[in-house]
Amino acid sequence: MSTAINAIAYKVPKRRHAVLLFMMQQPLGAAGLVVIVLMGIFAALAPWAAPYDPLTVDYGAMLAPPSAGHWLGTDSFGRDVASRIIYGARTALAIGFIASFLGSTLGAVIGVASAYFGGKTDLIIQGVMDVLLSFPIIVLAITVVAVLGNYVVLGIDVNLIVAIAIPMLPRVERVVRASALAIRELPYVDAARAAGYSHTRIIFRHIMPNVVAPYLILLTAFVAQAILAEASLSFLGLGVTEPTPSWGLMLSGAAADFYQQAPWMIVFPGIAISLGVFAFNLFGDSLRDWLDPKIKL
Amino acid sequence: MKLSALLLSAAAFAVAGAMAAETPKTGGVLKFAVSAEPPNFDCAAQTSFAFIHPIRPHYNTLLKFDTANYPAIKGDLAESWSMSKDGLTYTFKLRKGVKFHDGSTLSSEDIRATYERLRNPPPGVRSVRQASYADIDAIETPDPLTVVFRLKKRNAAMLTNFASPWDCIYSAAKLKQDPKFPERNIMGTGPFTFAGYVAGSHWTGRRFENYFEKGKPYLNGYVAIFISGAPMVNALAAGEVLTEFRGQSPADRDRLVKALGDKAVVQESPWVCSLVVTFNTRKKPFDDARVRRALSLAIDRWGGAQALSKVALVRDVGGLLRPGYDLAASEKELLTYPGFSRDINASRAEARRLLKEAGVPNLSFALTNRNVAMPYTPVGVFLIDQWRQIGVNVKHEQLETRLYLAAQQRDNPTFDAALDFNCDFMDEPNLQLQKYLSRDRSPINYAQQTDRVLDDLFDKQSGELDKKKRYAIIREFEKRALEQAYTIPTIWWHRIIVQDRRVKGWNITPSHYVGQDLADVWLDQ
Repeated sequence: MSTAINAIAYKVPKRRHAVLLFMMQQPLGAAGLVVIVLMGIFAALAPWAAPYDPLTVDYGAMLAPPSAGHWLGTDSFGRDVASRIIYGARTALAIGFIASFLGSTLGAVIGVASAYFGGKTDLIIQGVMDVLLSFPIIVLAITVVAVLGNYVVLGIDVNLIVAIAIPMLPRVERVVRASALAIRELPYVDAARAAGYSHTRIIFRHIMPNVVAPYLILLTAFVAQAILAEASLSFLGLGVTEPTPSWGLMLSGAAADFYQQAPWMIVFPGIAISLGVFAFNLFGDSLRDWLDPKIKL
Repeated sequence: MKLSALLLSAAAFAVAGAMAAETPKTGGVLKFAVSAEPPNFDCAAQTSFAFIHPIRPHYNTLLKFDTANYPAIKGDLAESWSMSKDGLTYTFKLRKGVKFHDGSTLSSEDIRATYERLRNPPPGVRSVRQASYADIDAIETPDPLTVVFRLKKRNAAMLTNFASPWDCIYSAAKLKQDPKFPERNIMGTGPFTFAGYVAGSHWTGRRFENYFEKGKPYLNGYVAIFISGAPMVNALAAGEVLTEFRGQSPADRDRLVKALGDKAVVQESPWVCSLVVTFNTRKKPFDDARVRRALSLAIDRWGGAQALSKVALVRDVGGLLRPGYDLAASEKELLTYPGFSRDINASRAEARRLLKEAGVPNLSFALTNRNVAMPYTPVGVFLIDQWRQIGVNVKHEQLETRLYLAAQQRDNPTFDAALDFNCDFMDEPNLQLQKYLSRDRSPINYAQQTDRVLDDLFDKQSGELDKKKRYAIIREFEKRALEQAYTIPTIWWHRIIVQDRRVKGWNITPSHYVGQDLADVWLDQ
């Protein structure tokens, strides 16, 4: 007696790389990602990518219009605008990413803790968040930077990062808390509690991984806001100071004096800010669409 | 554009001549811009236009400058004055019936109390003009309308010192109640009473009906609006404010002339103002003269002046005194001083050698600067670039006016180097050289050094009435000051004022502190 086993042949779908899949399904997000990656490459390779030292003053080339020698012209100190934009990407990305990461991560942790503990803890945390949320991002950032002043470490103003991160914190906290409230009621969290796991373990091992999607989306979206906030604060004279290359700073000061005589001094940094912010917004929106199962269906 | 500005300037001077014949009109409120705010209200402690432009119209001084004939002086609260033959006694007769804003009557006692406070400030009161009046031995008040100043020694600058716009006359009664009264209160005899101050917004003055000069002031009041940078230029271009009394950049001048057309009046003048770099000599390595001199040698003043004059309100290269002034060094003399050679490559080679010799070939430090764009930012950027060329790495710290001044003026300052200003109300070595006197003799010496050689030379020139001999002593002083480089001059300023044609009765001078009581200003509307 023989037993014949008829194997059922399943056609296993070809598994594509996540990035490739994202790029195919979200072409606008992919375009944003390409711009972000290009910005990152230029920022990382600025010493090689920039045609001139962004700090070198050349009084022989003051206010020179765009030309073969200076693609995007020069400013009132004869500094190459293209080089300053390339180096300015470093400032924008460094401050944007660090501030966004700091604000989003702290917001996520506080949001999950608030949802998990509930009761009075939740009430107090939400009260504080309500106060922070009552201020527009830029107003709160201006207040924080005015109070803290400047504290530069390795060429980066730490207080500026804190000033930009604080207004982001309550916004992320609210969204993550909402997700965590639903997760808190799931049986596996009850099981973890019954097994005697510590609060820290439950929060970081069992709840946090399940709120990663909204966290990542907000993190990406807030990079754009952080870049804009840095540019705004620098424009207002509260961010980085001359001669550090910064997109916002390039729009203020002498640029405001010479915008009629040398419009390239404000046009190109303005384009850089717009493009950077637009790219992060596109990428963030697409990432949300891609990660959200409801939208996928 | 520049040609049109020059033509307008020429027209402005022609208009200025014709203005004398115009009959002033009464009424109107003058709105003008001030690009920074006063840190406190005490004349004795102030050095900034941010104070004098909004606050000076509330006060009078003993004498004042005749702005149409600068540097001539005329009486303000003093009706007449005389100097003894030996130059050691000054007697002032005061005007009768001068009232303070609270209705009390001015007397010689108020003059005495004000000058005693300036030369010997009581504990807790800060006077930055102690050195100016250090030669006064006694102040006497033989009657309510006579005040006599007796000097310990002759002082070539004393009479013009009494025309200082900083020496606001305060009420003796108020000072007796509280020597710090002027820090938080406004109460003078000036043409305008205090009507309000909204921090971050504006300062308002109202016509003082009991002002001693009948018919003056012509204006009903004024509003000093605190606004700076591009918004200020926009406000001028739109006619929201009619003037700004400090000075505009060449770019702003061109833009305003274009925007205002025939409504613009441009006045230009050399400026008794320079930006100086002050090294904190209490901190290493700035206690080493070689380091300070190296940093001075690295600056290409001639090239910088030529380039920066196109984008900033600076123009001339000079030593410790304004180029063009009778007692200033000639260009030939300047070229012999460290940091003034036209061979910048040789100077920078020497600078690198000195830094290496001092053990700091890769020096890094912070330059404390003011966050007033013009001309602080362009000159700050210029200096940082100059120092980079000898391998020095400089961090730029731009602070709001109050913090910027506090950083330099505190008892134990922690700044490394600061871009300070040396602006005075007139060309006078006794004023311009004060920054270079030892710290214990000059509260405006932020470099903190003690140098008795400079102190002695200062005293010699101050008491020397023979101009040639004084000139020679000043050269000695200048040479030593630039060699020691505690504080080094960079580039001298050039003053450009663009006003709405309706503003009359105001004349440009080489100082933005002088002529700001607004008593003679009127609006042609």
